[in-house]
Order: sequence, then structure tokens, then C-alpha cells
Amino acid sequence: MSDQSLIEPDVLRKVLDAALARGGEAAEVFAEDRQSMAASLDDRRVEELSSGRDRGAGIRVLVGDTTGFAHTADLSEQGLLAAAHAASAVARQGGRAVRTVALPPPPGATDRTWTLPERVGKAAKLELLARADDAARAAGAAITQVQASYGDSRRRFVVASTDGVLAYDDQVRTRLGVVCVATGDSGMQTGHETVARTEGFEIFDRVDVGDIARTAARRALSKLSARPAPSGEVPVVLAGGSGGILFHEACGHGLEADHIVKDSSVYRGKVGELVASPLVTLVDDGTVGGEWGNFAVDDEGRPAGRNVLIENGVLTDYMWDWLRARKEGRLSSGNGRRQSYQHLPMVRMTNTYLLAGTEDPAEVVAQTPHGVYVAKLGGGQVNTATGDFVFGTTEAYLIEDGRITEPLRDANLIGNGPEVLRRIDVVANDFDMTPGTCGKDGQSVPVGCGQATLRITGVTVGGTAA
Amino acid sequence: MSASSPADLEVLAAAVVERARRGEELEVYVARSRDTEVRAFEGEVESLSVATSAGVGVRVLLGDGQAGARLGFAWAGSLDQAVVDAALDEARDNARFATPDPDLVLARPDGVAAATLALHDESQAAVPTERKVALAIDLERRVRGADPRIRQVSSADYGDDEVEVALASTTGIRAHTLRSSAFMSVSAIAGEGSDTQTGTGFTVGRSTAALQPEVAADDAVQRSIRMLGSRKAASGRVTVVLDPRVVSTLLSVISSALSGEAVVKGRSFFADRVGEAVAVPALTLVDDPTDERALTAARYDGEGLACRRNVLVGEGVLAGFVYDTVTARRAGTRSTGSAVRGGFAGTPSPGCRALQLSPGTLDQAAIIARVGEGLYVQSVSGVHSGVNTVSGDFSVGVEGLVIRDGALAEPVREVTVASTLQRMLQSVLFVGSDVTWLPGIAAGQTLAVGEMQLSGE
Repeated sequence: MSDQSLIEPDVLRKVLDAALARGGEAAEVFAEDRQSMAASLDDRRVEELSSGRDRGAGIRVLVGDTTGFAHTADLSEQGLLAAAHAASAVARQGGRAVRTVALPPPPGATDRTWTLPERVGKAAKLELLARADDAARAAGAAITQVQASYGDSRRRFVVASTDGVLAYDDQVRTRLGVVCVATGDSGMQTGHETVARTEGFEIFDRVDVGDIARTAARRALSKLSARPAPSGEVPVVLAGGSGGILFHEACGHGLEADHIVKDSSVYRGKVGELVASPLVTLVDDGTVGGEWGNFAVDDEGRPAGRNVLIENGVLTDYMWDWLRARKEGRLSSGNGRRQSYQHLPMVRMTNTYLLAGTEDPAEVVAQTPHGVYVAKLGGGQVNTATGDFVFGTTEAYLIEDGRITEPLRDANLIGNGPEVLRRIDVVANDFDMTPGTCGKDGQSVPVGCGQATLRITGVTVGGTAA
Repeated sequence: MSASSPADLEVLAAAVVERARRGEELEVYVARSRDTEVRAFEGEVESLSVATSAGVGVRVLLGDGQAGARLGFAWAGSLDQAVVDAALDEARDNARFATPDPDLVLARPDGVAAATLALHDESQAAVPTERKVALAIDLERRVRGADPRIRQVSSADYGDDEVEVALASTTGIRAHTLRSSAFMSVSAIAGEGSDTQTGTGFTVGRSTAALQPEVAADDAVQRSIRMLGSRKAASGRVTVVLDPRVVSTLLSVISSALSGEAVVKGRSFFADRVGEAVAVPALTLVDDPTDERALTAARYDGEGLACRRNVLVGEGVLAGFVYDTVTARRAGTRSTGSAVRGGFAGTPSPGCRALQLSPGTLDQAAIIARVGEGLYVQSVSGVHSGVNTVSGDFSVGVEGLVIRDGALAEPVREVTVASTLQRMLQSVLFVGSDVTWLPGIAAGQTLAVGEMQLSGE
């Protein structure tokens, strides 16, 4: 099936007409076909291969400030019209809006050259897991358990709106992750590593799964001799590529226009103001080749964009989806995303990163007499209204006399977004990115985060060492 | 359900099972749900979603002689015959690639009868959409008008759903359930000068009629307002008094170390400790999905076995773990009827459904009075990034109120509390009498825990 045939343009037109039959300013149809495959090797066994298929459409009707939404797994014209009728229930004016929906001609086929998941045999995917397991277990006798997981997905969609949008995308994503458990006298410790790209199976031509596994194993092993993390405010150096999540949490969410419109962000009304250290230039960019948060068009049909959010410390703009941009009379910034056709789109980040600086990363550590060196961050969480956020370390070390010394046990760090952004006093030149999954209002989407090695002059480390 | 009688799903599941080939075991899980969600903002409906969805999950076990069986799984978000057929074929194909395993079997009826539980409120289907919309708008208005310091209501939601599931297998499993639920939740933003604080409230039940919007509203208002003026506290050792909501979260986290799967795979700090005192004697932890008061109560587990009451920690002594059929075989025991699965797209694994601590004798105010000096924790953040159930390391962001002279005093924010789960269980000082039934897999109640490290200034 070609992308274009998910729903024919004349059916899209009829459904949009039906969606506005009871009134309303605008309507949108989003139809999606997603195929996914997952496999895991755990405890030395391929326990399960799982395949999934999800197809359906979500229909939105905008009436004033109200959105009506319905979704259906039935992509027949009849099924779509029924969903359009359900979504239009919010329009109660009764007057039939007569309007002809003009859709642009369908775009030409894209010429991406990825290796589609369905063209790769299941045995080849499982072979990667076996290699990861072997490599992790060979990393040390203390590695007592290894879980390796593989997943791929192909997501095709068409989106059309009465604002004249007609767009298609075909998104292929591939992921491999390894979790190791190391056991020693002090108990058990875990280590993770993941590669995840908006690309096909060809990523394994250049990514060595053995390296992924060994990195996960090394993290678990190093923590066997870890001491409790410190407690209290200390200087923190984040290794390049380890902690882009800091910006995702410390300010990314607070720069989403839905939070701004609802006055639930500390960054409301701050465009043009200095909100961070002048070393901070923050970009959200859905176009960076192959990164986990990439796409050609967002889930509302807008092309992915490169949006500068903070430039030399000054807040330049927020991120926008169709709904919030429409109200402000501007264009979406390509940040309208949804987990699936069953979800309403929201303002979401894509790949959010801090532009690199000029310092040598080794010098950043050497010039830090005492502190914590974070080699890998886990997840985080933010309260956008207060700016308070946390993020967890999964590999961290003490810095003593300008040298990285002892490994530390996992802990959360806590800070306040605007405050922490002002406390960044060095940014190095070793930029790197990491993939992640961002959760917001019950929906998960793939995102990327990136930064170079940097130092925060003080942040509260939540360890147990008094 | 709207489109069909409950029997349809059972018939559909059984019909797929009939198609098992020689040398193959089949399990079919079919589900259908209907849900409504309303969000109110500034006196208007921000969004109204009405949807039905359905899907199927098929597990195929291919026999491989002495080596055991190979497992394949496929799912699809539709109940159309062609889609179900394709899922069955795909599951069969997937099974060819799995590692054969002698412990891999489907559940068989084990003689335990399913409890009779009222999980579905018939009145729910008759609630008109207008009523649901009115409830969401009223909830927002209630919070906005409660106090001049409430500056914004960032979300005020009403939601309900009705979920029907049928499960059938070639090993004789036949299970069917129908359940309804409704909820309302609200997030308030309080402000005073340049200070901003937030609070959330919610109410849940099996029907709209069972909801208590005034409780949700009051909670959101009080929790945001009492945090105004909060600041960092000094680092040090403290006794914490955890709010019931926090305790519910804590128990959910601990439960992953009580999963038989984590134990047999060497990923639980409780492994090899059955019979040992892992907690203070005042602590008894039970997983009881047959307790109807739990919103997560269930008649059948994710493999179609009857849910049952399992004691996990009895007076501080580790009594056992929760198992599904496969992990029980690996551990040389029997399933505890504790398979859980994430809907039709998930496969079973052992997990808790309805955890409860045996109540103590003191309510929250009495516990705060007894503790005297410490920190009352209203909410935690970063649980997924700061709690490791393999190592037991525990470090979370908290906000709450100082406890001084046995009473709540000034508010505190931007601090963490840390310990290890192992040490926390041994440092419980009081278990509250205030059992609160919350959404999620654990009931909440106040808990006082000593010897926590507070990190702040």
C-alpha cells in the first residue's frame, strides 16, 4: 500500500465537510497505520517476539475555544463519517456551515533510503540481541543478568485540515537497548545503554551492538564500588551527550505554548528577556539527521523546523502547535505531536539541544576543584508552573582536586529551571545527543536531547552522604 | 456496551482458539472499551473526546518436544476478522524464532473460584454527555472561586470508561469481565506576589455518581495554597511523614521488587530473603484484588486465573512474591493468580494489583504529633529516575511542610529525601489508620519513616 492511499483525497474532503456540518471554524482528519515489532532477550532466552498493528483515524472539530475529538479504527468512508459526526457534537449552533474544502495537491513521494523493518528477517534482528548478550556477559564475571531489547516501527499517516493542509509522512524508527545487572558484596547495581534512531535497520552497519552492551555493563560494574552520592548543593559537570534532559526539563517544557497560554509556565511573558547564562543557545530541531525526535512533517502536517528558543541567554520564542498558533494568528513551529491517532495533538519537543561552546571538556573538569561529574543522566520531571525539576543520575563520579575519582550511587538532582540556567558557567566543544521518551499528559513521544560538557556552579544533589 | 452484547467478545475469543493446530497452544485476549473525556478551561469546554476502541492479542506456543515450547505474540487494534487472522499468523511466525523453554506453558484452570465482585455500574451508560461537561466546568469554577490566591486552573478534567475483556485458551481458560470507572482531576495554580505553587486533586469511582468533586477541588486548593512562601530547607537527617498519595506511589515502586519475575531473574533486592525480617513488625503488606474497595479489584488475572489475596510481608517478615504461570514454574511454585498485562497489546507478567498495608491505630494528625520534629511530604517527583528497585537506592524530589512541635509549620520546596528502600522498610515508625483508596495499584495511608537524608541548602 502506498502512503497516499491510506485515505483518498476525495474521501478526506467529504469527511472534513461532514465534520463541519453542524458548525465550527476548522476540522482536521489524521489517519495512521503503524506496524511495530519488538523482541527481547532476557536471562539468556529470546522470550518473546511481538508484532503489532494499529490503524485508525482521529478527527478534530474546532468550535470557538472548544475542540471536539473522536477516533475510530474503521477507515472506511462510513466509519470516518461516523467519527466526524461524533467529533462535531461540540458544535451546537445548529446552523449548517456551507463550505468547500480546498486541499492542495498531494506531495510527491519522498526519496528516503532507509532499510524498512519489514525487509529484514526476524533472525537478523534476534542475532543482534544474542551478540549484545554475549558482549555484556564477557565484560566481567560480576555481570549476573542481561536484558537486551530490540524494537522497530513504521508509522505512515495522512493529515488533512480545512486550513488547507494535506500532508503525509512515513516514519521508520529503530531501537536497541541493553540493561545489565552486576552483583557484588555491596548488592546489585544496574547499567543501561540504548541506541535509538529515526532510521531503518541500516544503523547497525555503523553501530556496534557490542559497544552498546559493553557500555551498559561498564556502568553497572563501576557502581559496585560506588559510595553514596553527596547531599546538598555542589558544582556539577555534565558530560557531553549525557544530560540534554536537563534542558528538556529545566526549560523545554516551560517553553511549550500550551503552558504559556494557560499561565502555567515560569517563562510566560519573558520573550526578549535574559532567562539564562549568555552561554546558553537552545534549539529545538526536528530536522537533525536521523535523531530520535525527527520527522518530515509533524502530526498536524507542518514541516519539521529548526527553532531557536533561547539565543545567548535571551528567550526568543516558544514552541507552537496548530491550535495555539491559530489562536495567536501565527504559524505552528512544527511542534504539534500525538502518540497515536487515538490522541489529541499537543505542543511537544522534537530534538532539543544546547549549542556547543569552545572549551576543552578535560579542562572543565580540571578547573573544578570539587563537585560531581555526571557521565549519564536517566529521566527527569518538571513542574512547569514553579520551574522546579529533578533529574536522576545513572553514572556519576566525585570530582576531587580537578580529577574524576570515585563512582557514586544513583541519586536525583533537584533545581529550579531559570536558576540553574543562569548558573551555567562553562560550555565545552564535545557536543553529543541521546534519545529519550517524553511523557506529557499521558502521551509518550520519542525525543532527542543534546549538549556538550558543561558546568553548573551549584545544584542540589540528593544523595545520602551527610 | 453499545455495539454488542457482552457474549460477543467471548464468542470471538473462543472462535479463534478453535483454530489451534496440532502441536500448538493458543491464548486469545480481546478487549473493547468506550471512553469519554472532558477538559474545562476558563468556563468553557477546552476539549471533548468520545471514543471506542478494540483490539486483540494472540499468544501462540509451538511445542518443541523435550526442549519445551516457543512463544510468539502479535496484537492488533481492531477486531475485524481479517485483522485477527493476520495477528494469529504473525504470532505463529514469531514463535518460530523464540528460544524453546520447558517452563513455557499457558495457564490451566487451578480450581480457585473467581470472587463475585461488583466492578461495573449499570447506571453509568445512562449518564448524558451534558452532565459530564457540566461536572468538568463546575469543578473548574469551584477551584477558581475557592480562594483569591488561586490564580489559574491549568486543567479540570472529567473522564469515564467502560472496558470489556474476554480471554480464552486451548488449556481451558475462559474469563470475561466488564468494568466501569469514572474520575475527575484538577490542577490549581496559586500565586501571591511573584510566588507560584501548584496542587492537584482527584476523585475516582465506578460511576459518575460515586465521584466527590468537592473533595478533589478542596485538595487542589489546599495543596497549592499551603505551599505558598515555600523555600529550600537545610540538609540533614530527618523523620518524614509521607502523605497517603506518596505512600501509594512508594508501595507501587516496591511492588516491582516483589514480582516473581524480578526474583527469578536476579533483579530484586528481596531475592533469597523469604522468611527474613525485611521490615519493622508493624508492617504487613497484602495484595488483595478481591477487595472490592480497591478500584483496581479484579475477578481474573491477566491469564484468566482467579485473583486471590496474597500476603507479601507479614509483621515485617517477607512471606513471598507474586507469580504468573511461567515465573512460578521457574521458581518451582504455583501461580498466585497475579498475571497483569497492559491491555491487548501486552503479554502477561507477574505484578500486584491492589496493595494494602494493614492499618495502624493513629491518624495523620496523631502521627504528626508523635513525630514532633520532621518533614511532612505532600508530593514527590522523579520517582522513575531516582528509585532503583534492583539496588534499592531511593532519592526523590519532595515538597511539603516542616513538622515542628508536633504540628505542621512552614512549607518547603526544591529539596530531596534519600535512603534505600531496604533501610526505609526497617525505619518505619508509624503506619496510619487512614486507609485511602486511590487510583493505581496501592491504597494510600500515612506512613512515618525515620533516618532519611534531606538534601537542600
